[in-house]
Amino acid sequence: MAEVAGSVIRVNGPVVQIRCNRNLKMLDMVEIGAERLIGEIVRLKENIAYIQVYEDTTSLKAGDPVYSDDLPLSLELGPGLIGNIFDGIQRPLEMIRQQEGDFISRGVHINALNREKRMHFIPLKKQGESVQPGDVIGEVPETSLIKHKILVPSYAPAGNLISIISEGDYTVEEVIAEIEGIDGTIFPLKMYQRWPVRKQRPYKQRIPVSEVLITGQRVIDTLFPVAKGGCVAVPGGFGTGKTVVQHQLAKWSDADVVVFVGCGERGNEMTDVLRNFTRLIDPRTGKLLLERTVFIANTSNMPVAAREASIYTGMTIAEYYRDMGYNVALMADSTSRWAEALRELAGRMEEIPLEEGFPSYLPARLAEFYERSGSVITLNDRTGSITIIASVSPPGGDFSEPVTSHTKRFIRCFWALDRDLAYSRHYPAISWIESYSEYVEELKSWWDKYTDGQWLEYRYTILDLLQQEQRLQQVVKLIGMDVLPNTQKLILETCSLFKNAFLQQSAFDDVDTFCSAQKQFLMFKAILIFHRVSNELVKIGVDISEIRESSVYQEIMRMKTQYPENQIDKLKQFVDSIEENLRGLEKK
Amino acid sequence: MNMYNLREYTGLEEIAGQLFVIRNIHNVGYNEVVEISEENGNVRIGTTLEVGEGYAIVQVLGGTSGLSLKNCRVRFKGEPLLFGASQDMLGRIFDGLGNPLDGLPKPVPEEMMNVNGMAMNPAARDYPENIIETGISTIDVMNTLVRGQKLPFFSGSGLPHDLIAAQIVRQARVEGEGFCIVFAGMGVKYDTARFFIRNFEESGALDNVVLFLSLADSPSLTRLMTPKFALTAAEFLAFRKNMQVLVILTDMSNYCEALRELSTMRGEIPARKGYPGYLYSDLAGIYERAGKIKDSKGSITQIPMLTMPNDDITHPVPDLTGYITEGQIVVDRELHARGIYPPISVLPSLSRLMKDNIGKGKTRDDHSELASQLFASYAKTRDIRAIASIIGEEELSSLDLVYLKFGENFENKFVNQSYNERRTLQQSLEIGWDVVSELPEEELVRISKDHIKQRYRKKNGDKNTSDENKSA
Ligand SMILES: Nc1ncnc2c1ncn2[C@@H]1O[C@H](COP(=O)(O)OP(=O)(O)O)[C@@H](O)[C@H]1O
Ligand SMILES: [Mg+2]
Repeated sequence: MAEVAGSVIRVNGPVVQIRCNRNLKMLDMVEIGAERLIGEIVRLKENIAYIQVYEDTTSLKAGDPVYSDDLPLSLELGPGLIGNIFDGIQRPLEMIRQQEGDFISRGVHINALNREKRMHFIPLKKQGESVQPGDVIGEVPETSLIKHKILVPSYAPAGNLISIISEGDYTVEEVIAEIEGIDGTIFPLKMYQRWPVRKQRPYKQRIPVSEVLITGQRVIDTLFPVAKGGCVAVPGGFGTGKTVVQHQLAKWSDADVVVFVGCGERGNEMTDVLRNFTRLIDPRTGKLLLERTVFIANTSNMPVAAREASIYTGMTIAEYYRDMGYNVALMADSTSRWAEALRELAGRMEEIPLEEGFPSYLPARLAEFYERSGSVITLNDRTGSITIIASVSPPGGDFSEPVTSHTKRFIRCFWALDRDLAYSRHYPAISWIESYSEYVEELKSWWDKYTDGQWLEYRYTILDLLQQEQRLQQVVKLIGMDVLPNTQKLILETCSLFKNAFLQQSAFDDVDTFCSAQKQFLMFKAILIFHRVSNELVKIGVDISEIRESSVYQEIMRMKTQYPENQIDKLKQFVDSIEENLRGLEKK
Repeated sequence: MNMYNLREYTGLEEIAGQLFVIRNIHNVGYNEVVEISEENGNVRIGTTLEVGEGYAIVQVLGGTSGLSLKNCRVRFKGEPLLFGASQDMLGRIFDGLGNPLDGLPKPVPEEMMNVNGMAMNPAARDYPENIIETGISTIDVMNTLVRGQKLPFFSGSGLPHDLIAAQIVRQARVEGEGFCIVFAGMGVKYDTARFFIRNFEESGALDNVVLFLSLADSPSLTRLMTPKFALTAAEFLAFRKNMQVLVILTDMSNYCEALRELSTMRGEIPARKGYPGYLYSDLAGIYERAGKIKDSKGSITQIPMLTMPNDDITHPVPDLTGYITEGQIVVDRELHARGIYPPISVLPSLSRLMKDNIGKGKTRDDHSELASQLFASYAKTRDIRAIASIIGEEELSSLDLVYLKFGENFENKFVNQSYNERRTLQQSLEIGWDVVSELPEEELVRISKDHIKQRYRKKNGDKNTSDENKSA
């Protein structure tokens, strides 16, 4: 197929220089050597091209031929993505395994989408209708959850549908419709389109975010919520819980489609999600979680250039589903590994670094990436969104390092993971002091529906108590607890209760792994009632230890697991009984 | 070996550090083996670090001392570094580059394997699910080790990490089928190697051990290859011979230093503390060679050991390791100074594979709650100790004092055990209940009421249980 475009003149790890025998373009895909290793042109200088190679370059040598079709490295976007696992440049890992065995060998060329499998296509346009780029001409039930809209690619002409196939089962390679452009050219449509990995997909316009992405994680939803279409960073040292947060959100958040990118992290973590998703049921839809999820896995030991690309592969797939009108959540674990891949490649190209070896364009790349999140009106006038949940792995857990600090400029929600919390196994170890969400005001009206309009008030009340607690703890450290007045001791007690009974939520507890908005609010309410009433009690001389030893206190402490989702009514009754029960202590 | 591709040259252009540049050569592949032979018949091994038109940059694994620009012949072998693996490796000792050190001939290879390995396809991995009972309470109850896991020791110089590792090797004989050990020593002293060998001998395991030793006096670059040879051997034993392989890599800090040295020689731009930006990827290439495969019965469990410079856990070596491995066991100087063995600091320690491998039907239904409670209560104890050190114990509340008592018991009865003591998981869990029962019932907020009812020791109750268990 591809023509010879030049030959290798230098091999330095994943970066290869070639001398071109014709004019090559930036970001075009090339194949190198007898094994046809896949690479991409990342820099051009006179007749020299720098290639980042997506596979191990062992044994490449000067003089090896380089081939190119003069086309950019592209993805295949069509039905069959969901439930699948791909590497960083969208090669299907399960197919590779079947063909090549348990270890990934080089020079594997397998199409991302299965060419044999027949998909059930249902036309939604008729012959003779006029169509625009982005229009939906039909749909494929990709899984029982996802109606995969077949879109007219944005590179197709506007025109008339001169043919469209009838409902039936077809392979992705079959022509299902033809458009006749204004100028008379005929454009054949298939169920899939090709799209350059790094190119943002077009939409009509951005719209403001207004809906909460419900995650079922209390500390997130009630204190630091993220909007559908928002972007959040989850920084934390190793072992603080980034991956578990990502997995929890992939499992329980109310996105329509989840794209999970394992970028330079552990192989076993991908195995973990994969095996869970083939058996866990989504509580909202009653279907397997796998039926809404696409996996991209470029683990830490896979080629570093493909790791760099994996983020774009994930993003472009996310945009594609957004363009069908879905709310997509994109998890990227971890963006630091992506930034490090950039650094490594830049280093091999002898670029001048800025901070800690990172190239000067790091902030620009981060900005571009986060800009691709958002809520939009699509070309076909649907609304769709992409929420980015990006973990960040700062060296030494130090948030002042370049990737974390630049990321902070482009995100609006920050879930800071705290090492001390993780050490005491308080999970999720999301710090209530350092984290923030700038979406709070935008999401107020959404939350109000569940909370009789009180969410914001509750939230500020508790955040204020937590701040006070932090100050009081400083005092306690200096002079001990005894000197504090009882009302202040109560603040410590309430916060301790709030942390244990509410904020702490085990991902591995069958009941508590997911907590609905209704339940969250009831639990929230329970603790604030506790505080209000207890405050009155201590003022009239009731001892705090008496309160702590009371059965109400003990029940509040365990309400998260005591009342599963199907017993919300009971929880409500309990919450309603708290005040009276506590006042029982008054009489003693 | 491809005879057709054998190419031989004389004369180097430049030697710098452990590297040399050679010109006027052709057809030389990247990351391939180079043999450098001197007139006296001495042969060194190298690999190409960079190749270009008519030149190559070569790292000499055996070191460049004594090498001159003229006196050597250079052969490019046209293949990556290979190791001839076979079942007969068991019971043998090799140097860091896979040559026998025990005076016996090379085992006849069953398979020539590329030491660089290949990435395991994430879709082919099998999630590790069988726990390994080490007999050490802090590990079994609070940081469970799982077959196929990579769980490093973060230690410091002078701390007894070797002793703990040896205890694990001795006590953690995986039940049944083909258990074996692959040991890689990088830049460690002869005494350390000797210590392990003696241990393997004493426990009668030596026939099931393969050793790769690149000791402190061997050229630093050979350390870069040692773990690769060891893991190649491990992969052969695990995935060709279906064995349960435990790999001990010590000391990874020496490995990283060698990598830093190489990077500096090449004039690369460093990331942190002089270590190259690709240290993470490089370490991942080692640590990710652990695990299980769906179609194979074997497994590779890795226990890498490293010494943290200045006991600093944020140093790039422990930091990047922790980002790749499935947890870490932190060895603590303060506990050691207080005579507690094994001085494992539980709070910063972690086993990431513990979460779904303990509990009902796997270990015991109260396991995860008890572990979580021990973590929480001990963390609280540490806070109270910090306060007590400022304001004095007299100022503490009575509850705080109970926590201090708990902390003492936790360290002296639960953490502390003898080097020869192999506690069953049941025993360890019971000791856990003994110490946690020091606290009032209401404080055990991470444990369900049912489990408290079943197992909490009421005051004046089973006070002696822990002692009974200890003697068991
Ligand atoms: N929400 C949670 N519930 C229970 N355990 C958790 C939770 N979050 C983290 N953990 C524990 O912490 C360990 C490390 O979490 P992980 O997400 O892998 O950390 P990171 O990705 O930041 O290195 C997990 O293996 C698990 O044991
Ligand atoms: Mg992680």
